[in-house]
Amino acid sequence: MSPSPARPHPLDSHRGPLRTRVGAAFPGTRAVFRGQDLHRDLADANWLDLYVYGLLGRRLDRAQLELLSSMWATTSYPDTRLWNNRVAALAASTRSSGTLGLSAALAVSEASIYGRQIDLRAMDFLQRAMRASQQAANARERDEKLLECIRAELARRRKIAGFGRPINGHDERITPLRARAETLGLHDGPFCQLVQHIERLLLAHRYRLRMNYAALTASLCADMGLNVRQYYLCSFPAFLAGMLPCYLEALDKPAHAVMPQRVDDVQYTGVAPRTWLSD
Amino acid sequence: MNVRLSTRIWQETASVDSAYQTEVARCHGYDVYGELLGRIEWPQMLFLMLTGEAPTAAQAALLGDLMVAIANPGPRHPAVHAAMAGAVGGSPAAACLQAALAVGAGRAGGAREVFEAVTAWQACKGDFTALPTMLEGMRDDAPDIWPQHAGWPGFGPHDGTTPLPIRQSIARLTSHIPGGALAYLDRHEGALSALAGEGLNFCGVSAAACFDLGLTAAQSEMLHLLLTLPGAAAHALEQSTTHYKAFPYGGVELDDDPDAGMPAQEAA
Repeated sequence: MSPSPARPHPLDSHRGPLRTRVGAAFPGTRAVFRGQDLHRDLADANWLDLYVYGLLGRRLDRAQLELLSSMWATTSYPDTRLWNNRVAALAASTRSSGTLGLSAALAVSEASIYGRQIDLRAMDFLQRAMRASQQAANARERDEKLLECIRAELARRRKIAGFGRPINGHDERITPLRARAETLGLHDGPFCQLVQHIERLLLAHRYRLRMNYAALTASLCADMGLNVRQYYLCSFPAFLAGMLPCYLEALDKPAHAVMPQRVDDVQYTGVAPRTWLSD
Repeated sequence: MNVRLSTRIWQETASVDSAYQTEVARCHGYDVYGELLGRIEWPQMLFLMLTGEAPTAAQAALLGDLMVAIANPGPRHPAVHAAMAGAVGGSPAAACLQAALAVGAGRAGGAREVFEAVTAWQACKGDFTALPTMLEGMRDDAPDIWPQHAGWPGFGPHDGTTPLPIRQSIARLTSHIPGGALAYLDRHEGALSALAGEGLNFCGVSAAACFDLGLTAAQSEMLHLLLTLPGAAAHALEQSTTHYKAFPYGGVELDDDPDAGMPAQEAA
């Protein structure tokens, strides 16, 4: 017999039927998605529309959805050498399943020097910078406050997510994505203006940090009203399109043929041979 | 730029038959198949791989006991539950373990909690009386991929007291390395739990053990993930042979139903 504690446990109220406001499936009848009937109220929604509705609880307009789609298309590189893509290809090289390989590759994309952690930090920095700039009384004070944000971020992390790029300072994704945003009329929101102003400040103060893709996409999404966590979660499928070809090509090659290593390809830098002493 | 893969852990020499075949493999200098196999136990091998050194007898014994203590968080633990949810639907074995890893990675009852607790122990710099302050400082408001979780790492959630298996584990693990973090927990668990407002949990035990083993926070996080997988594997295997109707699904109460009054519960 279970003990009967004097006061209810915090988890007690969560036992029993699942209480939810995000939805449920009723096989044979209907499915509810965030308060709407999926097959009736959301019948016009394509996958991306629904994805964003699931995240935000509101729907973006067509231009915003197209821009999101373009954002991810712009950064989908089917280059097997990229660390996350490589995971998908290596899974194929061992003849592992596509879903395992691709889901692991997406999980690996939550990296600290690229991908989701950078997305999150770039958006966080822009949100802080926006709050700081809104507290300024004039343009000069605004620049001072933004420079304070820049210095604080550099002191804390030694880099600013969204600015600078280790391999090549020029980010080839900026121009086409900006053009697409302009075509869609989404290029000039307050965060987009802020990110360009921060870039000008950085260059004027000799930081040599140009805006990269992460700052641009964060600013575009911030202008759509996404907060830090929403932007981080929204970006989850960003690299997926580039991963599939890597997986498929590796399947066409012999097993273990993705970046294979001969024994002497690996450089050993550890201790010299020794004997185990204790039993 | 042609960079070679470099490692200080593993040294292979090629066989005469193939440049891709290993003749001898050494782990941190020790001949794995010529010497270690049949001579050392799994805890010793694991410690060697993580730290680069052979464990002392006390370290090996502590790691071995930790392996037993956290081998199975039990079917109610979210990570094991996730593995079972994978298995009951017939998902691949790796998907079940992937599920257990993802769920068991978190800040509340997962490996990130171990990382944070070990970091707090390290921040004490030997003065364990500073532990409450250090644990308090582990949880800031900065946005992170790890969602916010209130409370001290290694404690809770939800229960104000430390359950018997955890007290039994501390009592046993403490016997190997006196004077360390585990010994401090053994003496002060009650007071710390009272300060935290929550009882010590297995992540707290794991963190103290890892600290006493001399592991870094990153090594401890990885070790905790590894060592809690056996239970997930076993329960997943069990569920994979069970009919899905025997696995709890439960009813649902929609707070925001556009058609309240329509069937609210699918036929089981």
